Amino acid sequence: MTHTPHHHPDSDLLLAYAAGTLAEAPSLVIATHLALCPHCRSEVAGMEAIGGALLSADAGTAVSDALLSDVLSRLDGPPPAEAPRRRKAPVGPTPVLPEPLRSYIGGDIDRIRWRRTIPGLHEADVKCAGGSVRMMRIRSGMGMPQHTHRGDEFTLVLAGGFSDDTGHYLRGDFAATDPSVDHRPVADDDGDCICIAFTDAPLRLTGRFLRWLNPLMRA
Amino acid sequence: MTAQKTDQAEIDRLNDLMSRVARQRDRQAFVALFQHFAPRLKSFLLRAGMEAGAAEETIQDVMVTVWHRAESFDPAQAAVSTWIFAIARNRRIDRLRRDRRPTIDPNDPALVPDEADGSMETMLVEERAAELHRAIRELPPEQADLLRMAYFEDKAHSAIAAERQLPLGTVKSRLRLAVARLRKLMAGSLEGETV
Ligand SMILES: [Zn+2]
Ligand SMILES: [Zn+2]
Repeated sequence: MTHTPHHHPDSDLLLAYAAGTLAEAPSLVIATHLALCPHCRSEVAGMEAIGGALLSADAGTAVSDALLSDVLSRLDGPPPAEAPRRRKAPVGPTPVLPEPLRSYIGGDIDRIRWRRTIPGLHEADVKCAGGSVRMMRIRSGMGMPQHTHRGDEFTLVLAGGFSDDTGHYLRGDFAATDPSVDHRPVADDDGDCICIAFTDAPLRLTGRFLRWLNPLMRA
Repeated sequence: MTAQKTDQAEIDRLNDLMSRVARQRDRQAFVALFQHFAPRLKSFLLRAGMEAGAAEETIQDVMVTVWHRAESFDPAQAAVSTWIFAIARNRRIDRLRRDRRPTIDPNDPALVPDEADGSMETMLVEERAAELHRAIRELPPEQADLLRMAYFEDKAHSAIAAERQLPLGTVKSRLRLAVARLRKLMAGSLEGETV
């Protein structure tokens, strides 16, 4: 039984991804959600169709006379070089991490090199342009410190689950938070909760006794 | 009505050209595709902030990619303009930002598959494309303007808000309305055909 997500990215995030204007780091979280969410895949396909229709509807701008012959002279040559792709890592039959995330980690979940940040929380940075992406592992049943956000935070659950006052999040579910949200996510008690999170600014701890931990909270 | 017939005829023509390129490596058909798309791609790339020279180099890359990947074009999945839009968008990212665009792998064992088999959907890609053209012409101007910016200008929605001197929330809600309207129409024409 595969779980179909109940919590999706807002349509303006999907639109930025479909239009190609979303930076690599948040795109990694969106694309990983798409691997787990047929509903949003179909939304993005529809948005690409809108892009195609807008392109078709454009009046166009004259191109130089030589352009056609330049193109024709390249048809028998090699295809244009592309930006280097990440090498796909070998994988077992039932990976926990979907592509494209697996290529960024260099393998499945067992390849993540965790470091402990605060009690009950392990993190691992994911190398990515355009913002900070990290993996988080919250110990089963543990609550995260009460915190708010200095910017946007997108979180996608990959294993286990967590709850806060906005809902219950399971594999594939996407949560977006911003400076207006002050919350305390609690991991389900039936196993560690593993998430990927994008942030564009560090979190800010707001719990009474935890403000001293703020220097440990990284973007 | 006539506009819609014209849209449909144009979509059919492009599809036919594309399949001649894919199946027969037909250079005449390729030239016709070039003549249709190159000026449109130029607008697309100039509005994203490229210099004319860089835009034309990118058009070359896009059209050569169209030639090389023609066999992977599946008319049941997308209209020709959608397929070429996606190629151009990816090359624009390569060229302007030089970062990667993370994408799913459709053959990944961890991918959650589509619920339906999609056969209804695939039959109607062309009809939906024609509907979409009409619907875009009928969008309220303030929605159409922001939608074009969102696709063509390589700007974050916050930058679009700054440029149009609108609150970010207004930009987001207009874009959301425009997309919802177009998506509903695409879904609506689908249901209309299947009942
Ligand atoms: Zn979704
Ligand atoms: Zn948070």
